[in-house]
Amino acid sequence: MAGLGSACLTVALLVAVYAAGASVYGAVTSKRAWVVSGRRAVYCLAGLTITATVVLQSAFLRSDFSFKLVADGSSTDTPTFYKVTAMWATQDGSLLLWALLLSIFSSAVLFLTRRSLREIAPWATAVLGVVAAFFLLLMVGWENPFTTLTNPPAEGVGLNPLLRHPAMMIHPPMLYTGYVGFSIPFAFAVGALITRNTGADWIRATRRFALVAWTFLGVGIMLGALWSYTELGWGGYWAWDPVENASLLPWLTGTAFLHSVMVQEKRGMLKIWNVSLIMATFVLALIGTFLVRSGILQSIHAFGASTIGTQFVVFIALAVIVSVGLVVWRLPDLRTDAKLDSLLSREAFFLLNNLVLVALALVVFWGTFFPLISEAITGTQASVGPPWFNRLTTPLALVLVGLAAVGPMVAWRRVTLSGLRRSLFWPLLFALTALVAIALLTNGADSLPALTMFGLAALVFSVVGQEFIRGTAARRATSGEPLPRALSALVGRNRRRYGGYIVHTGIAVLFLGVAASSAFHQQKDVRISPGQSFQSGDYHVTYVRPTARLGLDPGGTGAPISFGAVLRVRKGDQVRILHPARNFYPTQDASKGAIGRYFEGEATSEVDVRWGLRRDFWAAVRPDISSLDGPIREANRKFAGANGDVQGLIIGAIAERYRRHPPPATFRTIVSPMVSWIWIGGGIVLLGALLAGWPAPEARLRRVRSLYSARLGKELTSRA
Amino acid sequence: MDPSKKRKARLILALSVAVLLAGALVYSSFSASTEASTPSDVMKHGQPGRSYELTGKVAQGSVTRRGDRLLFSIRDRNGHASVPVSYVGVVPDPFREGREVIVSGQVRGKTFQAKRDSLVTKCPSKFTEDKKKA
Repeated sequence: MAGLGSACLTVALLVAVYAAGASVYGAVTSKRAWVVSGRRAVYCLAGLTITATVVLQSAFLRSDFSFKLVADGSSTDTPTFYKVTAMWATQDGSLLLWALLLSIFSSAVLFLTRRSLREIAPWATAVLGVVAAFFLLLMVGWENPFTTLTNPPAEGVGLNPLLRHPAMMIHPPMLYTGYVGFSIPFAFAVGALITRNTGADWIRATRRFALVAWTFLGVGIMLGALWSYTELGWGGYWAWDPVENASLLPWLTGTAFLHSVMVQEKRGMLKIWNVSLIMATFVLALIGTFLVRSGILQSIHAFGASTIGTQFVVFIALAVIVSVGLVVWRLPDLRTDAKLDSLLSREAFFLLNNLVLVALALVVFWGTFFPLISEAITGTQASVGPPWFNRLTTPLALVLVGLAAVGPMVAWRRVTLSGLRRSLFWPLLFALTALVAIALLTNGADSLPALTMFGLAALVFSVVGQEFIRGTAARRATSGEPLPRALSALVGRNRRRYGGYIVHTGIAVLFLGVAASSAFHQQKDVRISPGQSFQSGDYHVTYVRPTARLGLDPGGTGAPISFGAVLRVRKGDQVRILHPARNFYPTQDASKGAIGRYFEGEATSEVDVRWGLRRDFWAAVRPDISSLDGPIREANRKFAGANGDVQGLIIGAIAERYRRHPPPATFRTIVSPMVSWIWIGGGIVLLGALLAGWPAPEARLRRVRSLYSARLGKELTSRA
Repeated sequence: MDPSKKRKARLILALSVAVLLAGALVYSSFSASTEASTPSDVMKHGQPGRSYELTGKVAQGSVTRRGDRLLFSIRDRNGHASVPVSYVGVVPDPFREGREVIVSGQVRGKTFQAKRDSLVTKCPSKFTEDKKKA
């Protein structure tokens, strides 16, 4: 079976190279048949990568340890869900995932554009073919996921316990879908530049792909944050870690791209900017893929040294050189069709929003790569910490939310100040009222940035609300429809616009959560014995008793041992019971002893969170198992050769000892206001993005009709 | 002002704002950064009062607990020079003897006083480690 997988990859590499070659040859010589053949080769590529993935997945499901990847990343006792998802926990597997997603996306876009963009599409096919060939070459040459072991072990190592979390398993495919998705508009931008079709056609054809990519990337980032919050045991959702930043960078430039392409579609401006943005986004997506595995930056995610760092650097450099070269080469064709009429216009606001987003991306990029920058300049590696990031990004984020509020109110070309005042009067009044209420009724005024964010978010809500009310009212006035139908018709006919408004609302909700939780969270670290209590914010927390479970991990992660605590949390009359715990996973390291290996392996925090709209109460425990060292050592000596059942009994006895004579345990509790709003905001953004990206039935009809009329017109003129 | 002059003035204004912001970015990052150093660097050149980011591996058999305080030594990645570290705060899940860690703090006397909660452990590269052993 591994042979089949390897063969698929080798053939896929050849097919990808062929797809690129045939398309270019067809485009240069105007031989249509070659272009068609190149496109079909991409479909074939998708078939091959799907087959390879199926082969690998079935090996994981069968626990076929003759596959090195399966032996290293799975085991028979790994739960099925994690067997399926273990593929992308490894470097080789995630390369295959990249190639798989890329070939599927490429097939989809080439199928959809098979009757349009006749000049651009062949070149885009070539670009996609080259990118696919690069990833396939990495696998065929260096990191083959189908490497086999001559002496397969009886049992696999198992999936890294830290990754055993539902969010973490969906997170990589989401991120990769985002990364890969941006290669579609990138490829078409390259095609547009080569063929000098620098209008908005390539943007219209790939806009939806960019939106889908952006959405998935955003969902991926959110899931990563959620994982960090619930699994890593430190209680935060964002740490400005290089790998987190790497995923944020293409998202920021992608956000800028989604906004600025509207200016090109509507006014024919910002052409250089748009191609540069999408090229930067693609390169950043490559960097994102590369950083996770490269280990060039100190990160908690450094999964050991990578063998393909050089190849990645070469390919990224190539992408940069080609991109910059193309833009410079085609500068004369990228002249703008119109000039900026006024600073008080939609296009100026879009430009401003772009500048802020790119500035944010620059700050994050600079901070992330600062260790390398400082080493190059001063000779020593130095790094900037989260406070630096927070200090620089906070004002930019505030400006961004402010622009998200005001921007949609500004008309294209120009508005008068009085017009702007008219449309902003009620929203501003609402936002100011909300601001005063928050400042008077809560302690929100203790943090100026947070208070500003509250006010700006209120402005976003009221602007969006006003847009919905005005649009619905106007529709009802002309059609006389009942309210719900008028509303749904309004949104249905202008999905992109109202979807965008909903996205803005979601982002504002998200930033509310970020502002409140980062400015007002209260954290407490204590070390106490059962029966003792402590105060955490308004909460009175008592360590009631320890727990020790064997083989009963409620999270379904397959942990054999789980030590935890029962906490009684009282606030006023409300009493809640929380069960934070710590899972222990066995190590295969024989030097730890037959029993000790169950305690000395990986351990992960299973935090317990009382979720709430107003605040979360978050608790983690770190049981001190050093008191068990003696009994474990003794058991190692006595029961080294014992069979599994006996060892199970011994471990049970040790766990019982922990339960009966519990040493003090270390607790961390966090009272964090409005964290849930982050996840809710993310959900609203997702909804809005789906709405904006969903093809409207009428638009589809219109497109088909215009396509046919265009073809008819072409045939008529060619005949004349 | 005629439109083209106005545009030029705007461009110059925008560019100078950009240059200023870029300058602020560069300046603030260099002034706020902490140096990454290995245990042998800190032992040789460590000045009291300066912040360092110590990277290396947790020395075998050096981890002890005194109340809330975690005491351990960090040694050079490929060497034996080591620095005793005193740390308070949350210990990341993968913290283990022999693992690569990063901790920031200052030198006080002979020990490295770590900043609260600054300990970062690299994700377990247990697969690669195991491979090397095998």
